[in-house]
Amino acid sequence: MRTWHAWTQPHRIVLIGLFAGLVIWCAMALRWDWIPQYAPLAAEGLWRTIWILAATCVLGMLLAIPLGLAQAVGPWYLSAPARLFCTVIRGTPLLLQIWLLYYGLGSLFPQIPWIRSSELWPYLRQAWPYAVLALTFSYAGYEGEVMRGAFASVNKGQLEAANAFGMPRFTMFRRIWLPQAVRNVLPTLGGETILQLKATPLVATITVVELYSVSSRVRSDTFIVYEPLLLLAVFYMIIAGVIALIFRRLEMQVPER
Amino acid sequence: MEFILEILGLTKSVQLLSFNPPGWGGNLLRGLVNSMQIAAGAFGFGLVIGFFGAYGKLYGGAVVRDLLAIYTTVIRAVPELVLILLLYYVGTDLINQASQALGFGRIEISGVVAGIWVLGIVQGAYSTEVLRGAIQAIPTGQIEAARAFGMSPLMMMRRVTIPAMMAFATPGLANLWLIATKDTALLAIVGFSELTLETRQAAASTRSYFTFFLAAGGLYLIVTLFSGVVFGKIEKWARRGQPSLKGTGG
Repeated sequence: MRTWHAWTQPHRIVLIGLFAGLVIWCAMALRWDWIPQYAPLAAEGLWRTIWILAATCVLGMLLAIPLGLAQAVGPWYLSAPARLFCTVIRGTPLLLQIWLLYYGLGSLFPQIPWIRSSELWPYLRQAWPYAVLALTFSYAGYEGEVMRGAFASVNKGQLEAANAFGMPRFTMFRRIWLPQAVRNVLPTLGGETILQLKATPLVATITVVELYSVSSRVRSDTFIVYEPLLLLAVFYMIIAGVIALIFRRLEMQVPER
Repeated sequence: MEFILEILGLTKSVQLLSFNPPGWGGNLLRGLVNSMQIAAGAFGFGLVIGFFGAYGKLYGGAVVRDLLAIYTTVIRAVPELVLILLLYYVGTDLINQASQALGFGRIEISGVVAGIWVLGIVQGAYSTEVLRGAIQAIPTGQIEAARAFGMSPLMMMRRVTIPAMMAFATPGLANLWLIATKDTALLAIVGFSELTLETRQAAASTRSYFTFFLAAGGLYLIVTLFSGVVFGKIEKWARRGQPSLKGTGG
């Protein structure tokens, strides 16, 4: 009931009215006739954006767990490279990393005969493996840092208790250490996943066709500037909202102390 | 020296990166200067927006607070690349319309100014949140004490709020500065000749991609690490007089 009251304050009603007016004006005054022609391409782009986002977040998280563990409790010969990796990834622009992998590796691979003749060559000639690799590294670099703090923050008594019960080390990690570490940083991970969503348009610069590149295509084909970009912004806001909702659901499963 | 380079096979890379015309080092450094100019300008512009935004969010009326909430939410949910394109087109359109209304012709807008305008508005949303959190973290007693002494709001801001919030705001602002330096790379897509675009041009015309991209990565990394040291100093200075938290937490 309280939330309903919040929306019916006088100034909010006026603001909502103004906003509705703006939306209607946009719908009437701007050009939207290009939508039917580009809708299939946009659907494909949307699907690819979501697919890249999901794949790189999962792969990046799998990489971030050892990175965080190495930095939190690892010996120096593991923690030093892990820290170096995180510093380099976090200290350079993602666009530069994507271009380094795509143009650098992409120009190096064709010169090596056994790569050209290998089974993987048809994939390595395309752009998306480099995009996925760059985004995975980026997510792993940022999340490695987050997980370092998360692993270090788990109460030592819990681990000692598991040890005392003679729990094998991997079971202890799987059942106690990892779940508690992830729970502690769920809000941060949600924010980082939205940041990752906002990083996906960068792969359009290496010819991967995703949501953003569809809008560039519309712009260059029809010279319509604002409409595709506005629609694109709305799409990204919706996806970001969905991610926020998913993480709120996950956070609600964490029991309150 | 040359002997060592010969052994490492780096002679060609060093030639490519030299400052004299066959090398591209000068272009990279010019790009770096452009990048830093844009980053510093955007960070400053963002701080100004963030300062007013934070005050508006904390002490403003209901309408101001709602509008600021929309601003920060939208900016933080939409990719920077999309915002950069939108703000770039809106900015150039508005200025051209204004200049045509005043009877001048179309104006060429300098890349640095456009970059500062675009990234500054993006940064403003983030610094609003950072500064708001920092102002809220000031113990209420300090503000009340200032009020009790009859300080005017302006003097209270200058003498109490800003110095007291510095310690809480510095880590967030350091993060924002790093984001600003890295976001300048996005301007390469709009065609500003900052470090990343200069690098790509150099790499494409010499076809030695690894040399140039790694060199540019090194430059960015140097900026990041140097900024980390500087902001560490600033935070230490801002925290002077506060009891150290080390060893007190359980």
